[in-house]
Amino acid sequence: MTMVDEIRATPSESESSEPVGARDQRANPEVPASTSQPVFDVEGLSVHYGSFRAVKDVTLPIREHEITALIGPSGCGKSTVLRCFNRMNDLIESARVGGSVRYHGVDLYGDDVDPVEVRRRIGMVFQKPNPFPKSIYENIVFGPKIAGQRGNFDDLVEESLTKAALWDEVKDKLKDSALALSGGQQQRLCIARAIATNPDVVLMDEPCSALDPIATLRIEELMLELKKDYTIIIVTHNMQQAARVSDRTAFFSVDVNDGGQRTGRLVEFDVTDKMFTSPTETETEQYITGRFG
Amino acid sequence: MALSAPTATEVVAVSLVRGRRSWLNAGITGALFFTLLSSLIILITLLADTIAKAMPVFQERGLSFVFTGLSSRVETAGIVQGVIGSLALTAFVIVVAFPLGTAAAIFLEEYARDSRWTRFINANIRNLAGVPSIVYGILGLFLFVKLINQGLFDIAAGISGRNLVAGGLTLSVLVLPIMIITTAEALRAVPSSIREASFGVGATKWETIRSHVLPVALPAMLTGAVLTVSRAFGETAPLLLAGAVLSQYFSVSADAGFFGLLTDQPYTALPLIIYNFARQPEAEFIQLTAASILVLLVMLLSVNAIAILARDRMEEKRKI
Repeated sequence: MTMVDEIRATPSESESSEPVGARDQRANPEVPASTSQPVFDVEGLSVHYGSFRAVKDVTLPIREHEITALIGPSGCGKSTVLRCFNRMNDLIESARVGGSVRYHGVDLYGDDVDPVEVRRRIGMVFQKPNPFPKSIYENIVFGPKIAGQRGNFDDLVEESLTKAALWDEVKDKLKDSALALSGGQQQRLCIARAIATNPDVVLMDEPCSALDPIATLRIEELMLELKKDYTIIIVTHNMQQAARVSDRTAFFSVDVNDGGQRTGRLVEFDVTDKMFTSPTETETEQYITGRFG
Repeated sequence: MALSAPTATEVVAVSLVRGRRSWLNAGITGALFFTLLSSLIILITLLADTIAKAMPVFQERGLSFVFTGLSSRVETAGIVQGVIGSLALTAFVIVVAFPLGTAAAIFLEEYARDSRWTRFINANIRNLAGVPSIVYGILGLFLFVKLINQGLFDIAAGISGRNLVAGGLTLSVLVLPIMIITTAEALRAVPSSIREASFGVGATKWETIRSHVLPVALPAMLTGAVLTVSRAFGETAPLLLAGAVLSQYFSVSADAGFFGLLTDQPYTALPLIIYNFARQPEAEFIQLTAASILVLLVMLLSVNAIAILARDRMEEKRKI
């Protein structure tokens, strides 16, 4: 029995049932050790909230058309790191970002970089489904509209919703409120909304944590479908999910200093299969076998 | 017969009987209801008394009382100047204070960084909201009446700056802090997840505010605005100082025109007329006072009702 099988057999606290057929949906285990230029190059990244250091010294490359999973215990800063990729941390006044995040070679935190333009290219899906309190149609077209697109959006709405595997369920009620949809449908709408602006990268911050196992399975299938067109980075506290969908996994852990301050750091980053079968660090092994975290 | 052990039914029946705590609970409920009732009774008594006193006026003169002018003769005295003045002042407050207050609140809530300076301003807006209205009256007298008198409008010489503009500005300044506070609270109540969603698809701050924050906050903002405007509608003291007429001698020239009415003519408001009627020695003025109070209440309730209807329609539309 491999270690992957072992941890799959262990029910996790967050989601005990494994979606049927998830194994067949496995990400391609033959991930090439690509040497091509990565989409993101993170070097020496650290984030402070005021005087509190949330994450220190993160270095990792994100490759094109792959799903990269960020895993780790609560408070390890994985969401904080994710929010550096589209400058969402700018919205928190006290946040300061050190080190560099290069996107196709351009420093995202450079002086003349407009965070609004960054977010147009790097979409985001949030932990809790957060559709706008408007119609399904308006949810999709808001992004393209503010990006300056004009004309008829019907085709774009159909394309986005189809890609998000939601079209068949909502095609007859596009003018209905998005809030009338179920949680899983709302989250797929949020994914459709994120891809409607035709981004390059989609960031997902625990996109399934508010969903039931069946909705979770649908989102996971969707992610595997979407990675043909997009680069995906997903934060999850669900190790099985990381094992099922991701090509590479970054494991974060948290250090607690004498003053009780918790600082996250990257422990290990590798191809997912290797991470879950023969991790280099003992800390990683302990976490994925459920001995801590 | 010897005492046998009680059956389960007996034990349960005894333990389920209403006890002290249950009676206490009922007692508290009753006491709370009584306090509500007593305050309602006071209100209803006041209202019934007012209606009873006002009835003769409406029976004899019908609604013409509302549409005739002020007079020192009880039989012919009406309140039309007060009705017009109050409506004009309310419109003034809506036009001046609503946009200013909304804009200030948007800046404070959405744009201003959380600094010591911002907190200082916020604390002072709260303090200003608690300043007695007579103080605003003095401010209005010194600032607006004098400013206008000293030549802001050259036509104002005859009434020494005691015009609708001075009164309207005074009331606007009076309600501005309340307007800012209620609007800021409405904005704060908008879930941050909506803002994040909007920023997440590449919206700027203004696009986010205009397309998502304001539509969600609007019903609550309107509720606040209605309460605020109601307050302005009933204010008496600041208008006394800001130059509203407090007597039966009141004349507006017929050819004043719109801007003339605003700047060149004396003005008064319903609360002042009520006060003036109430201090007249003739007993018949008591009836006129009551009738004027009824008119004030009906106008106030209509303004509120219209605003609430508008808000509900808006909310329904938003739900789609």
